[in-house]
Amino acid sequence: MAQQKEVRIVGVNRNAYLIMLAFFLAPAVTIYTVFSIYPLVATILNSLYLKQPDGSLVFNGLGNFKTLLTDTTWSVPFWNAFRNNCWFFLIHMCVQNPIGLALAALLSLPRLRLAATYRTLIFMPTMLSVVIIGFTWQLILSPLWGIAKMLLASVGLGSFFMPWLGVESTALLTTSLISVWQFVGIPMILIYTALLAIPDELIDAATVDGLNQFQAFFWIKLPLILPALGLVSVLTFVNNFNAFDLIYAMKGALAGPNYSSDIMGTLFYRTFFGNQLQLGDRSMGSTIATMMFLIILIGISIYLFLIQRRMQRYSF
Amino acid sequence: MRKTISFLAVHSVLSLYTLLALVPIVLVIMNSFKARKAIFGSPLQPPSFSTFSLVGYKSVFSDGRILNYYSNSIIVTVGTIFFTLLFGGMAAWALSEYKFRWNTLLALYLSIGIMVPIRLGSVAIIQLISSLNLINTLTALTLVYVAQNLPLGIFILSEFINQIPKDLREAGRCDGLSEYNIFFFIILPLLRPAMATVAVFVMIPVWNDLWFPLLLAPTGDKQTITLGVQQFLGQYITDWNAVLAALSTAIVPVLIFYIIFSRQLIRGLTSGAVK
Repeated sequence: MAQQKEVRIVGVNRNAYLIMLAFFLAPAVTIYTVFSIYPLVATILNSLYLKQPDGSLVFNGLGNFKTLLTDTTWSVPFWNAFRNNCWFFLIHMCVQNPIGLALAALLSLPRLRLAATYRTLIFMPTMLSVVIIGFTWQLILSPLWGIAKMLLASVGLGSFFMPWLGVESTALLTTSLISVWQFVGIPMILIYTALLAIPDELIDAATVDGLNQFQAFFWIKLPLILPALGLVSVLTFVNNFNAFDLIYAMKGALAGPNYSSDIMGTLFYRTFFGNQLQLGDRSMGSTIATMMFLIILIGISIYLFLIQRRMQRYSF
Repeated sequence: MRKTISFLAVHSVLSLYTLLALVPIVLVIMNSFKARKAIFGSPLQPPSFSTFSLVGYKSVFSDGRILNYYSNSIIVTVGTIFFTLLFGGMAAWALSEYKFRWNTLLALYLSIGIMVPIRLGSVAIIQLISSLNLINTLTALTLVYVAQNLPLGIFILSEFINQIPKDLREAGRCDGLSEYNIFFFIILPLLRPAMATVAVFVMIPVWNDLWFPLLLAPTGDKQTITLGVQQFLGQYITDWNAVLAALSTAIVPVLIFYIIFSRQLIRGLTSGAVK
């Protein structure tokens, strides 16, 4: 009884209650609204205006989007960046996540010694800044230093060596693989946690029924960790279509050679910040940011409405 | 017998991948302690008496700015963690404890930022920060990072607050504690494990971020270590000793920190992540 009375006192004095709510909520809501939601909304609104030569803004409807998608000065770089970004994402999905899954599967094997050590060491590159990783790989792949060539030669593949980062046809693939190398720890850890959460009894029962480790993995564990795989996929999608740091650190804002490693993030940066060839353009920058926002929104919606809903039926 | 072989295979796959993850980092650190000639002549050998040299570190530290960059990064990261935990904890408490009108709606509003990257609002963020006269300040970076991290912080902290037995707060209320005191003296101390988790999620991306330092504090003495190293590397690109030393200077403190706290870090990453 006494408890109820106390709670009711909070409710009775309405002013004090409201002041208290404001005290607890206002700092977080204010900072979040001013520095996160307002900029997002303002950017989307910005994309509807066209900047005149005299600096004033004129409402342009969806005109900026039309320019971006059809006017060749804008559409060629845009579709190039979009295509590259799709490849960037596909490479992560096809290389990073399967490797992460395989490593997690091995690490979660019962009675495996040194599992914690492997896990810690493999996760290490993920901790480091993309800038550091980018430069480290630039040095290692540099023909000047010749380490990559030396390592390849030691296994008899010396003739394969090319300055991969400097060649148009391989720059994007190389940067993607470096990103994969760095971030493989994230799917590994997420999937590893999901695997550990599977009750041992399930696997024991399967083993008693005559399944070996491989079969138990494919037929029992894999279906059970589908939610984690879905989460990993959507995280990869959001991070990849929002990526910037690695390409900028390794290839600069121009994402060379000849824009072959240009992705949405670098195009966005170049457009609204400008570079030696063009002045910064706020409206078109906002337009590209809004396109990125829409792409990410589509990805998240697919995850929420299709994948997650279907998966919940299979989970415990 | 078959079991031994398969375990041998598992260990060899894992150790090969571990090697792949470590070799680039080890190569950079190892070569940063060598003279220029040895860097190019025998890059795969560890430094010996004849090849040992600290000339790279001399040019990095004679530059003098590196330490300044470090302190900037520490201030921004610690500030972001502190305010994210304080404001996030307060909001999480109000959202999970008091059933006021708009509660669910507000929680939904606050969770938008978990998935939508704040980076997409950069154009307006720059306008906003410059109209507040905060360009090239650590305050600007901290504010943006707090806004960026609050949603996930509130989400994780709410989950933990819901796990704290209701009896504790009711006992506090019986003893006549005000709601403020209940939060600051009963709930907040109990949230420590959750705070560690949030701190991990906040710390790594903030420390490593290049985008916002590049946009909001690109020049002058307010650069963070990530941006500072990036620009330093750009300037000294032909001085291999300096480049390797600068990379190592940026890597080693993070690695030491990581090795000390790896258990807590990974536990933190895994406890809140899959829900």
